Amino acid sequence: MRLVAYLRCIGAKFLKPAQMELEMEEELGSHIECRADDLERSGLDRAEAERRARVEFGGRQRFKEEAREALGGNFAENLARDVRLSIRVLRKSPGFTLIAVFTLALSIGANSIVFALLNSFILRPSNIPNSESLYGIQHGRGHWMGSSYPDYLDLRDRNRSFDGLAAFSIAQAGFDTGESAVSVWCQESSGNFFDALRLQPYVGRFFHASDERGPNSAPFVVLSYSFWRNHFAGDRGVVGRVVRLNKHPFTIIGVSPPEFHGILLFGDFEIATPLVNQEQIEGQNNLNSRGIESVFMTIGHLKPGVTPAQAVSDLNSIGAYLRQNYPKEQAPADFSLGRPSLYGEYFGGPVRAFLTALMLLAGLILLAACANLGSLFTARATDRSREIALRLAMGAGRSRILRALLTEAILIALMGGAAGLFGSMALLQALNAWQPVPRYPQFHIPVYVDSRVYVVALALALLSGLLFGIVPAKQVLATDPYQVVKSGARETGRRRFPIRELLLAVQIAICAVLVTSSMVAVRGLLRSLHSDFGFEPANAMLMDTNLEMAGYRGDAVVAMQKRVLDGVGKIPGVQSAGLIDWLPLEGAHSNSSAIFREDTADLRTSNAAAWPAVYRVSPGYFDAARTTLLSGRAFTWHDDKDAPRVAVINNQFARKLFGSVTKAIGRHYKMPDGARVEVVGVVQDGKYASLTEDPQPAMFFPILQAPSSAASVVVRSHRDPMQLAAAMRSVLRSLDSGLPSYVESWRQELELPLFPSRMATIALGVLGMMGAMLSITGIFGMAAYSVGRRLRELGIRLALGAQRSEILQAALGRSIKLLAFGSAAGLVLGIFASRVLAFIVYQATPRDPFVLTGVVVAMALLGVLATWIPAQRALRLDPVTLLREE
Amino acid sequence: MPGEAQLLPGTLDLLILKAVSLGPLHGYGVLLRIGQISGQALLIEQGALYPALFRVVRQGLLKASWGISDNNRRAKFYELTAAGRKRLQDETEGWNRLAAAMGSALAAQAEEI
Repeated sequence: MRLVAYLRCIGAKFLKPAQMELEMEEELGSHIECRADDLERSGLDRAEAERRARVEFGGRQRFKEEAREALGGNFAENLARDVRLSIRVLRKSPGFTLIAVFTLALSIGANSIVFALLNSFILRPSNIPNSESLYGIQHGRGHWMGSSYPDYLDLRDRNRSFDGLAAFSIAQAGFDTGESAVSVWCQESSGNFFDALRLQPYVGRFFHASDERGPNSAPFVVLSYSFWRNHFAGDRGVVGRVVRLNKHPFTIIGVSPPEFHGILLFGDFEIATPLVNQEQIEGQNNLNSRGIESVFMTIGHLKPGVTPAQAVSDLNSIGAYLRQNYPKEQAPADFSLGRPSLYGEYFGGPVRAFLTALMLLAGLILLAACANLGSLFTARATDRSREIALRLAMGAGRSRILRALLTEAILIALMGGAAGLFGSMALLQALNAWQPVPRYPQFHIPVYVDSRVYVVALALALLSGLLFGIVPAKQVLATDPYQVVKSGARETGRRRFPIRELLLAVQIAICAVLVTSSMVAVRGLLRSLHSDFGFEPANAMLMDTNLEMAGYRGDAVVAMQKRVLDGVGKIPGVQSAGLIDWLPLEGAHSNSSAIFREDTADLRTSNAAAWPAVYRVSPGYFDAARTTLLSGRAFTWHDDKDAPRVAVINNQFARKLFGSVTKAIGRHYKMPDGARVEVVGVVQDGKYASLTEDPQPAMFFPILQAPSSAASVVVRSHRDPMQLAAAMRSVLRSLDSGLPSYVESWRQELELPLFPSRMATIALGVLGMMGAMLSITGIFGMAAYSVGRRLRELGIRLALGAQRSEILQAALGRSIKLLAFGSAAGLVLGIFASRVLAFIVYQATPRDPFVLTGVVVAMALLGVLATWIPAQRALRLDPVTLLREE
Repeated sequence: MPGEAQLLPGTLDLLILKAVSLGPLHGYGVLLRIGQISGQALLIEQGALYPALFRVVRQGLLKASWGISDNNRRAKFYELTAAGRKRLQDETEGWNRLAAAMGSALAAQAEEI
């Protein structure tokens, strides 16, 4: 019954607020009129009676307000009042507010950055239409996506699961509009590429499968939107224009839509040409060789109704067909599907694992911040217990007081969330614009901030506000106003584990996890920077040239390369110079080939003795790269076509095939085409495909026997890099002014392979610092609070003759114990967490005495730093003043 | 006014219930009735009546409806609900017990202990 009446009241107020207001106004008006009637009857004139009636009634607005409140259910009004009150209260303690907002801004900022990354890389669909059904085909245990062109054709024509299967490869090409050649990234695409991806041209047309009529039959270029804007100023008349790619004429036929940046997330594509024109772009036609990987990636949309599992079994049956029909080649097996934007599982797997781990750590940071703020709020509630008790005594409901405290917490959380989001937006924008590798401006980290990021930041802010706002609730609910007002803010009956201390221990453990993982990562990075690559990047300049781009063919290539080496070698101060086709660690270009023992007759790939990486180098390369020759000799200019085929192999290769380094010299092995190769030298092992790989076999051929038009000239010199680079450029210009080249130091070149571990280290380092900061403030707060609360007790002890050390023990013992306990727990957890890191950061191992002692020392330092001021305060106690004051 | 007494907190609600129990009244009428039945000893600030009235309505002890007053003015009339009648009875008994106890306590003489 009462409930019904209550609901009716609230309902009326809520649904018909205007009518309520009118009725109230009319009722009060009627009251005053009635009173005026009575007064008029007692002899006053009407005007005077009405005036008197109004005066007698009193403060009309105030009563109306009280009446409104009596009706209840003023959610919005109460909220507004709570907010006003909270702002007033927070303004009174700006230090507290600032610290709280700052702490939250940092942790929510970190969370929204990590989430934005996770969102852009993993969660967010790509800009390609219907991307939910778009898959890349990966194979083998390593989830590699590359394949040979004939294998691709079989996959394309024999599968029944894909609605068009496209392929592409990436190559650098000299793009010449008639003024000067620029080096561009060319996406060599299958003819059906744009149709299979369901893209429509922005200007002009795309090439189609029908344009492919054999090698070099489709000299067409499609420009990306941004390339078109940057190089042709968005001129629509560009369609039909003939440009030169590596000196071959190509016709611009269209521009791709602005939202399409290419398949891969990290590198925007610039131009696209048909893959059938591979020979013109790369200088060699491998479209008919099943043994050579011409295709970087194969992608397609699944047909409607086909599940990924069905597609995989379809692909595997094609794999079985390939193995049966081409037993000599290594046919792809163990197919699976992966999201194309991060090159499937090959690259996407580690990225996902790392970002998930980072998100977890960022979540821990936020949790630590909440624990921190929760204990701050509890301490504040204790300090304010007199005020709270007073309000309780004046008749405020406990729910009302709790609501006010919670409003304060949420207000702080929202402010912190807004500040954090704002800061992270700025950082993300910078990250988006950042070109970490100056040589490849197309390589960048595309971060899209969409509504999901805002929603997550807001939700995190509200959640953390509730979380740390609720911590003091129990204390407020247990407040006995009578006791507090009588005896001041003093807790009676301490529990064994007050919630504050538990929170602090958890927080310290979390911070120790962060400190541990960041130390592991930093240590791993340092090690990978100073590990033995198999060459010495310091004091080496590189000059990248691709003679194919300048139109060199056949013997002219090697002749020109020899001239370049001679010219560069004559620069004063140059100790040695040599060239290699593709630098080790240069990424996707690492070639490998099957090799066979000399006595193997059946040269099918399943009989291969090893799969060493293949490099083609000039005489002088090992010297210039500082690759140590362990045994035998290096190449000379006499290792040419007329001489017997020779190779220099690495230590790993020698031991694998011949048992030892010394036994290898003078021995032979066979290439897949049956050619016998003599081993003339053995060099040290190095890193070839990635920094984290185990020792791999590798072999080096002389360029005179195995020519390559792509080449990086390595120049070793102690001269100033800028001067040297200028000298190298002028040498090249004097030999051929039209040859595009890129000069940089070997250290700069290594930035790309080192990029993932560097990013991981920065991210973890930042999180570790934040963790450390949070634990400092947390321990400081706890220690300061416990010293402050026990000042009188400590004073009495001092007066009774306690030693300083005993005082310190009493004041800070608990904080130190918590620190030790939390750190130990965090260290153990951190060691487990670091296993995830080992996937990304080279040689990241927590079983490292340096890391272990580092963490212990760091946490101890944090403890000293945080307890320093409270300890000083405890030591400087003057019992006399203290006791007098009380 | 010699007979004027201080109103104890919480007693206004009880007075309103009592006043209305004697017959439906509008706000001003409640004031007049309280003055009348208390022999003009309990005077209430006129505006302060309304928050109390609304509170009692919200508790479901009174119900309100619009009507015409004696001097032909539109006014809101309050009457007791069943819950209000019960509450009035309970509170009256409680008050009487308290008053009796207070009376006998204050009347105590030294020799009676």
